[in-house]
Amino acid sequence: MPEPLTRRGLLQGSAAAAAAIPVLGDAQAAAPARPQRQKEQAQMSAVGLTVNGREVHLQLDPRTTLLDALREHLHLTGTKKGCDHGQCGACTVIVEGRRINSCLTLAVMHEGDHVTTIEGLGTPEKLHPMQRAFITHDGYQCGYCTPGQICSAVAVLEEIEAGIPSHATEDLDRVAFSEGEVRERMSGNICRCAAYPNIVAAIREVAGHGTAEDKA
Amino acid sequence: MRPFTYSRAASVEDAARTAASTQGARFIAGGTNLLDLMKLQIETPTHLIDVNHLGLDRIEPTAEGGLRIGALVRNTDLAADKAVRRDYAVLSRALLAGASGQLRNKATTGGNLLQRTRCPYFYDTRMPCNKRKPGSGCGALKGMSRSLAILGTSDACIAQHPSDMAVALRLLDAQVDTVGADGGRRSIPIADFHLLPGETPHIENALKPGELITSVTLPKPLGGTHVYRKVRDRTSYAFALVSVAAVFEKDGRARFAFGGIGAKPWRTDAADAAAPSGAAAVAEAALSGARPTAHNAFKQQLTARTLASLYRQKGA
Repeated sequence: MPEPLTRRGLLQGSAAAAAAIPVLGDAQAAAPARPQRQKEQAQMSAVGLTVNGREVHLQLDPRTTLLDALREHLHLTGTKKGCDHGQCGACTVIVEGRRINSCLTLAVMHEGDHVTTIEGLGTPEKLHPMQRAFITHDGYQCGYCTPGQICSAVAVLEEIEAGIPSHATEDLDRVAFSEGEVRERMSGNICRCAAYPNIVAAIREVAGHGTAEDKA
Repeated sequence: MRPFTYSRAASVEDAARTAASTQGARFIAGGTNLLDLMKLQIETPTHLIDVNHLGLDRIEPTAEGGLRIGALVRNTDLAADKAVRRDYAVLSRALLAGASGQLRNKATTGGNLLQRTRCPYFYDTRMPCNKRKPGSGCGALKGMSRSLAILGTSDACIAQHPSDMAVALRLLDAQVDTVGADGGRRSIPIADFHLLPGETPHIENALKPGELITSVTLPKPLGGTHVYRKVRDRTSYAFALVSVAAVFEKDGRARFAFGGIGAKPWRTDAADAAAPSGAAAVAEAALSGARPTAHNAFKQQLTARTLASLYRQKGA
């Protein structure tokens, strides 16, 4: 019986095909380019992290971003690479309790740090309340930005709770939940499908300021 | 990214010494600007010195009644600091108007002062840019210059300074405290820290090779009403077209600093002196000597309107 056709399977197939092309390309390329490449081989650096409660030790080229360490070395592919330049927020993870763009930080700079990715927030069997709310409110379409949106949203509620002000805060000493606060604080997470109203509704529900019934 | 080696500094003196004696070395703090530029090979350091673990992340009062902000204090923490919110609200407001929550959680006080222009010709390595590649020319002069500077520019460069935080620090007369490669310490007034492009737009600040920012010191609080108004293409997470930082006194005096329009955070004595005469007079004084292009001439009117809006808000 043939394997069922899945998107992941298709993507893996095409990734393998794509990977083969540069090999051919290199073989045909002018030979002198190769020694130069080898000379550029970087030192490897050891780094120890705690990712989703699990201690991991890696040997990495110092160029490896935290994002690439998570995806390529630890195979935690829930965290997504969008722009790779800190503009889209798809790579948002929580490090030492704070949300950051994992694409704009080097893994070697995080020795001893605790990292939480979407895989650490919840599982299909035991969803985090924010994951459940995104499903309830249809807070996505294609889903690519969703892990970053959810990691960011979880941290946003903690930031409001901690009294950290934002650009939308009228009185810097009185930080309170509002839709305006959510929209401002989530502006570093871009959704190409523009699921924004539903994302705000999901965050509202988890914050205890509205439920699915309210919306209906 | 080009390959580089990586080390952690043991002390600020060690960091400065290593940076001065290692060819191609750069400090890395938050990394939000440097790594972005390294991926584009606009920055190509061969050695990175991590300065994140040197205890430079504290905010403490000074004997003079001011505030000393460690160079590694994150933008989020600086904006949220109780003393900053109470006594230097314009700084909180400027910080919160910049970047995204994720970036502010990483970006540092020292790094923000050193962030580089967002001129599209600086970012596009196929285009000439005197800042990126000295002597290659300026693609922006006759190019798409809508976002670029109208004050302090030269025939070699019309790039705008991107920082919101630095505009507030300029308004507050902050000092930039450093340690040099020889271990010597000095304080640089913020007015002298950023340099105008002139013939050498690649030299952006007064730091000497290896010199490390250790803290930023604010003088004692000014009092007054603090405001920061940023006008941009989106309501959040975008660089300023025009921004105005201001502190208004009850007697009509005020001081102003401007972002988005200058080659460095912009402030003039003449604009401050014009405060009692109203927004139009302040705008005229601030914009004296402006050299706009056809694309960014609108920034003059936008500056005047932003000031008018601030005067109305203050009166309300």
